[in-house]
Amino acid sequence: MSAKPIATTRSAMDIPTGRLAVWWLLVSEIVIFGGLLVAYILNRQAHSAEWSAQAAVTDWRIGAFNTFVLLTSSLSAVMAHQAAEKGDGKKAARLLYLTCLGGLVFLIVKSFEWTTEISHGYTIMSHTFWSYYYTLAGLHAFHVIAGMLVMLWVAGTASRNQELHRVENVGIYWHFVDIVWIFLFPLLYIAK
Amino acid sequence: MSEHAHGHHRNYLRIYFILLGLLVVSIVGPMAEIRIVTLITAFGVAIVKAYMVAKNFMHLDVEKPIIQWLLGIGLVLMLILFGGLAPDVMKDKGHRWEKDARFHQSTDPGHHDGAAGHGEKSDHGTSGSGH
Amino acid sequence: MAHHTHAADHGAAHGAHHDQPWFIKYFWSTDHKMIAFQYLWTGMLMGLVGAFTAYVFRMQLAFPGQPVPGWGVVSPGEYNSLITTHGSIMVFWVAMPVLIAAFGNFLIPLMCGVDDMVFPRLNRLSYQIFLLSAIIIVATLFVDGGAFGGAWTAYPPLSADARFSLTPAGSTMWVIAVALEFVAFLMGGINFIVTAMNSRAPGMKALDVPIVVWTIVIASLLFMASVGPLFAGAVMLLFDQTLGTGFYNPGKGGDPILWQHLFWFFGHPEVYVVLLPAMGIVAEIMAVFARKKLFGYKTILYTIIATAVLSFFVWAHHQFIAGIDPRMANVFTVTTLLISIPIAEMCFLYIATLYGGSIRLATPMLWALSFIATFLLGGVTGIFLGASGADVYFHDTYFVVAHFHYTFFPIAIIGTFAGFTFWFPKMFGRMLDERLGKIHFWGTIIPFNFIFIPLFFTGAAGDHRRIYNYMNFPDQATPELQALRITATVALLVMLAFQAVFFFNIFKTFRSGKKAEKNPWDSNTLEWTADSPPPHGNWAELPTVSRGPYEYGVPGRAKDYWPQNEKA
Repeated sequence: MSAKPIATTRSAMDIPTGRLAVWWLLVSEIVIFGGLLVAYILNRQAHSAEWSAQAAVTDWRIGAFNTFVLLTSSLSAVMAHQAAEKGDGKKAARLLYLTCLGGLVFLIVKSFEWTTEISHGYTIMSHTFWSYYYTLAGLHAFHVIAGMLVMLWVAGTASRNQELHRVENVGIYWHFVDIVWIFLFPLLYIAK
Repeated sequence: MSEHAHGHHRNYLRIYFILLGLLVVSIVGPMAEIRIVTLITAFGVAIVKAYMVAKNFMHLDVEKPIIQWLLGIGLVLMLILFGGLAPDVMKDKGHRWEKDARFHQSTDPGHHDGAAGHGEKSDHGTSGSGH
Repeated sequence: MAHHTHAADHGAAHGAHHDQPWFIKYFWSTDHKMIAFQYLWTGMLMGLVGAFTAYVFRMQLAFPGQPVPGWGVVSPGEYNSLITTHGSIMVFWVAMPVLIAAFGNFLIPLMCGVDDMVFPRLNRLSYQIFLLSAIIIVATLFVDGGAFGGAWTAYPPLSADARFSLTPAGSTMWVIAVALEFVAFLMGGINFIVTAMNSRAPGMKALDVPIVVWTIVIASLLFMASVGPLFAGAVMLLFDQTLGTGFYNPGKGGDPILWQHLFWFFGHPEVYVVLLPAMGIVAEIMAVFARKKLFGYKTILYTIIATAVLSFFVWAHHQFIAGIDPRMANVFTVTTLLISIPIAEMCFLYIATLYGGSIRLATPMLWALSFIATFLLGGVTGIFLGASGADVYFHDTYFVVAHFHYTFFPIAIIGTFAGFTFWFPKMFGRMLDERLGKIHFWGTIIPFNFIFIPLFFTGAAGDHRRIYNYMNFPDQATPELQALRITATVALLVMLAFQAVFFFNIFKTFRSGKKAEKNPWDSNTLEWTADSPPPHGNWAELPTVSRGPYEYGVPGRAKDYWPQNEKA
């Protein structure tokens, strides 16, 4: 059980196995977020005036700051990949830790934001807009947390210069989480 | 992996600053409060940003075409879902029913024809002012 | 993979790892074959649970109000729980684990000529999550209020509000169990697809891949691409149930039709998710037992792809009377009728494979032939339901129930038995008893028709489904209709009784069955070049491929088959 099966090392499609799997994972993620976003956009369109009144409460400055944080963490993730390609596992690990820090800042800001909103009475039950708001952002935050956990694990192996291809794979996932937020930002914060 | 070597001469920092610039556009544009400008700057720019991240950070441009197809199929499926749902979900009135989304909606069940009210456990203090 | 002892004499299902404790070997294994068996036996066990629920509610329908042996008097709430559990278990915990996960896990590495799946530990985790979901769904039968009673489609408000379903704990557990099952199959699906894409034997081109691998891969792909919106929808439903949000509550600005769309956007491709692997199994068996090249390999492949694509455009035919936009109903009628074309074409190609072959009517072949026959009936009755006008009358009657059992029974039961009897020698290294196999076959297939043909008639006569007691409806309480209901129930009892033959056959074979050689059916595909059962790592030296999988009866050769790995 220690050795990798030969299956994992083959590459009939000429795409490394791990990366191919991450792409498939992203296909399944696209439809998960896509389904939720489709439902949100349709409902929002159907009740546009009344939902806009609710959406006006969200603070675009927080959303913008978090977009900035995630874009920055994407930069460090891609630089980690660059370092890993050059075989510098230590540097890749450091950059991955930096990416995780970005995720952490994102989550901290988010938790303050939610605390404020909830304490002002805008809970997940108070209006369907808020139901979608918390579900969408919550599902996204859940992906941020999952990405951070995987990244910490990958950084651990990368710092020993092992399994460096994983740096790219976790990076692709992280960029996807970033892209989801790129769409959530205008949908939840900007469009009033 | 080795065939990804084309990524080396990409200037990630430059792409990052373009993305930040676009972020500013997507914030400032909608402040004009003109619908078309909002649509273009908020959502159009979001598409551009997503495209840039996918192309440059995820290296989709040098990835095998099958991967691009896969992700494309996922997106197309969501368009199909959108098209299939739109006529129903966007309709909020029917022959004997009406969707009502007023804030602080009453949880009184049976008030709306065919509408499900909400369980007693879900009474949460924000309700009850609708009627 | 350090040790390749060829321990073919080991009776049951294990390879070279003698030294492992039994718990590790049977429950913590990363070997694709052991995980396949875990899925197989769990699926079959869940099948027994599903069969038991069917037995109880069929008894209630035939003899309303009488105590059912083994259960007691069925209350209306229990009746709802039983039909819901039956539907959910049979689709999510029987058809999927057995057809996709068990056969996929067993066949993909063996047919692609490789030692294991690409992510063995992910594979193990997939089964463990699946097992957890199975435990949760069975546990719902015992919680306060009983199992979820809002039917397997879980339409709100029945599913969203405990005041309507009367099953506060059961409905939440149902959503959680289904969501976990999805997670398990997403993991499994990624494994199947990547293994088949990347780990094929040297020389195995895309068109050398056996049809069953194609079908399982495309089914996994369909699942992966369609389940997302429902997964999101399940989270929303969970919030509606537990927090009191209004995603599906029109009184709060939500939309109950939204759930129906999200459910069927997945639910209809799901039909093909389970159909395609069964079709693939049948294709393998047809070619081997007709001793003829599979007719139109490429055409079969294209019809599979066409089915997969079209399956994303038909979902709203489940909602014709739900109040959807009538213009959409037109569109979905057309697409629904269109999708019967590739499926019919596939059936024709299988029949064409038989033409001029030297057919051996062994048990797997009987199952495969009966698959085509019964599925055809299911497909043809679907035409009535796909037409939105006719569906207004037929919707939610027993006609629908009989229709989809004529599709799902061939898929989930006949397909499983076909594959199981065909690959049993490879899986467990022994030959099943043919005579018992044939008794079991006829004892299953004849009663099956006696269960569901009467239900077409009760449905056409107006029997609405999900009715607890027809005696309360004067129009439906006639002795003629009741006789049909009793016929169906008695036939079910006969069919269930004959399953004992199946289990006895397995038991007897494990004890004293004839040892299987490597290739008992003279088959071409790679799995038959490994030992029976294959050891851990499958082959001492992994095979290479020189030709397609269906070179049977090639003129000018001494043997009538030509294994894929044989050098030219």
